[in-house]
Amino acid sequence: MEVGLKMGKGGGDHVCGCEKVKMGFEETELRLGLPGGGGGEGEAIRKRFFSETVDLKLNLSSKESSGINPNEEKVKGLRQEKSLLPCANDPAKPPAKAQVVGWPPVRSFRKNMLATQKSGSEESTEKASGNSAALVKVSMDGAPYLRKVDLRMCNSYQELSDALAKMFSSFTIGNCGSQGMRDFMNESKLMDLLNGSDYVPTYEDRDGDWMLVGDVPWEMFVESCKRLRIMKGTEAIGLAPRAMEKCKNRS
Amino acid sequence: MRRNGAEDMSEDDERQQSPRSDLEFTSNKARYCKATGSASDHPDQVLENVLENVLHFLTSRRDRNSVSLVCKSWYRVEALTRSELFIGNCYAVSPGRATARFTRVRALHLKGKPRFADFNLMPPDWGAHFNPWLLAMAKPYPWLEKVYLKRMSVTNDDLATLAESFSGFKELVLVCCDGFGTNGLASFVSKCRQLRVLDLIESEVIHDGTDWISCFPQGESHLESLIFDCVEWPINFEALERLVARSPLLKKLRLNRYVSIGQLYRLMIQAPQLTHLGTGLFSPLEIAGQGDQELDYGTAFAACRSLVCLSGFREIIPDYLPAIYPVCANLTSLNFSYANINAEQLKPIISKCHKLRVFWVLDSICDEGLQAVAATCKELRELRVFPINAQEDIDSPVSEVGLQAISEGCQKLQSILYFCQRMTNEAVIAMSKNCPDLVVFRLCIMGRHKPDPVTGEPMDDGFGAIVMNCKKLTRLAVSGLLTDKAFEYIGKYGKLVRTLSVAFAGDSDMGLKYVLEGCSQLQKLEIRDSPFGDAALRSGLHHCYYMRFLWMSSCRLTRQGCQEIAHAMPRLVVEVIRSADMEMDDFVETLYMYRSLEGPRIDAPKYVTIL
Repeated sequence: MEVGLKMGKGGGDHVCGCEKVKMGFEETELRLGLPGGGGGEGEAIRKRFFSETVDLKLNLSSKESSGINPNEEKVKGLRQEKSLLPCANDPAKPPAKAQVVGWPPVRSFRKNMLATQKSGSEESTEKASGNSAALVKVSMDGAPYLRKVDLRMCNSYQELSDALAKMFSSFTIGNCGSQGMRDFMNESKLMDLLNGSDYVPTYEDRDGDWMLVGDVPWEMFVESCKRLRIMKGTEAIGLAPRAMEKCKNRS
Repeated sequence: MRRNGAEDMSEDDERQQSPRSDLEFTSNKARYCKATGSASDHPDQVLENVLENVLHFLTSRRDRNSVSLVCKSWYRVEALTRSELFIGNCYAVSPGRATARFTRVRALHLKGKPRFADFNLMPPDWGAHFNPWLLAMAKPYPWLEKVYLKRMSVTNDDLATLAESFSGFKELVLVCCDGFGTNGLASFVSKCRQLRVLDLIESEVIHDGTDWISCFPQGESHLESLIFDCVEWPINFEALERLVARSPLLKKLRLNRYVSIGQLYRLMIQAPQLTHLGTGLFSPLEIAGQGDQELDYGTAFAACRSLVCLSGFREIIPDYLPAIYPVCANLTSLNFSYANINAEQLKPIISKCHKLRVFWVLDSICDEGLQAVAATCKELRELRVFPINAQEDIDSPVSEVGLQAISEGCQKLQSILYFCQRMTNEAVIAMSKNCPDLVVFRLCIMGRHKPDPVTGEPMDDGFGAIVMNCKKLTRLAVSGLLTDKAFEYIGKYGKLVRTLSVAFAGDSDMGLKYVLEGCSQLQKLEIRDSPFGDAALRSGLHHCYYMRFLWMSSCRLTRQGCQEIAHAMPRLVVEVIRSADMEMDDFVETLYMYRSLEGPRIDAPKYVTIL
């Protein structure tokens, strides 16, 4: 709690920033785990963390792609070690020493493949610097088999929507693809959608709750989504009130 | 000194380099060889015709390089008869120059980015575009049949153009390439009517949403090899099944992880003639609402009597492993490097693989698993042990124990890549003595600067023993705590070493000096995070024209020093690469230097400065 409140925006020391990001998520997770609780409080705090974490995360990812941290003091000396930020496997342990770009020399292709396996098989806390795949199972009511989708391959709800639509295109998906996910934020539109369309995408989050997709900001969704289920619109109406409640608490 | 273009265009990875003489010289036969070779000079023409017929049989690049140096006539005839063109660095020579010299090429083998680009040490969009080569070849090589690209950027348009430009095109192999997607694949396969080989290996394929498998032309196909295990998108299985059913010549099929074991079964019973199989997911997709059908996978494998190479196993459920027992005895190559299995699960398989020559595996099998390998696989030539957790400072499932066991059991070993968290000099020395045939030794101790955990010493002696005792060694990658002494050994004894990879090693400039002065066959040198500076580089300048490239990142090079080198060596391209946000300052973050006949390239992005 305290760590979260002290969190500053952007800049400065990114090494600490990452740790704070991680701690921030932990805090929200603890909150959401409270029985009967979930509710507004968690969402409010979550929202505050979120805007800061989004800034930090976005900063992180752009720097990661360039391989260095430009806010690091320039070492006018001999070696410049390019460091990724320390991301511990287990948040309870102190972070491991800074991971260096490209070391050990395992091709990212291979690293991603193995990360894919781990996140596919059981819940893994290893989400190293946002590079590992976030594979979730997708089932659709009426379809004979499951699929899997890598959430990290999409950058937005729209892309996810397109990907799902293509994946299950042989089964009519109704208006799912054409409606923006953001419509769910608007209550009246939401009710129209649920009553009108054939299927809506829902997901199970870390607590085991089933929520409508589009409920939370994208990054948070990627982190918390465990599996997806495309269910019939009429069945999803039961979910709407809770989703709307969460939305209301945040606005 | 006059450069001989043959060396640039025809470097040889695996074999000794051709004589280093740059001069063309004429032999006694010169008097019969006139520059014009007009029809009235019968002896000349006959000689050239004879030569042409003979040279058609010469396939080795190295030999062809030598032949081209004999005299002008031989140079010309060799150029006419070279049908397979290998270019080790796509920037060493321009497409126009290559097509002008070699006019009857049927196969092109082209390499682009340096290897360290695989580890995110090079910003994207650096270059290595296939497009200029493609455009340059369209007219001169209408009969082009085969293209093999490694670490090149290929676009969807390139793939379409490739199929359109060459009506007899047969084989496309893309290794570690990127820039293209399923759209490009769809255009390519639909237009390429004679296609025999489509191999996508460790390449990044963008998801454009196109169902490319359905785009193979109808009717009987000539496909012999279809490898797409790196494609990380679902495919249309029904279309694949129909394709396999109408490809009677198909021998190699490597599926991606979107093919379940049930689907694999259906393919295998259609194609029992397969020799190479990538098994895809190797577990079932969940079927919502239907019971699992337990198919007899073992029978399917047993029916594939010619199977010698197995890979895949992307999300293996160990319960299904026994299905492969029927083929183990014939296997020469087994790739378990995505299979998270332990020693107990490995043992029943490996104990049957007596003929195994190539084995790739994850360190999840631990030292115990390696001991099992050593006990059975007496014919093993190549071993690669990859880490499940590619991190530093964690517990080590494999160690010196596994390496020692392998060295004792697999004495015919030629190539090893071994990731571990701990290693002793003793085990490395043992391997150097037990496995004298080693050609490739790549040891990656994942903790940086780690000494021998038993003696506390640097790893100098271990690597020293490797270069001393393994007299055929051509490729070496070092790791662990290493002083300049290690490099002294390498320079002194590593006379055949062509590729050397160094990371976080050495004490001073002397380390690099030893290597540059001693390793006379050195072609590819890649160094990162080591304390080597300008003086060291200068000492090896005389050697630089004989090297394909030199890579140094996060070392102690200054811009000034690199500038001096660029001035001193006009035929070297000296690229200074900085990360996108960094300003240019005195210290050079990354130096990539290579010889070239063309001078600075025009397609360099803005963060690359060519001195």
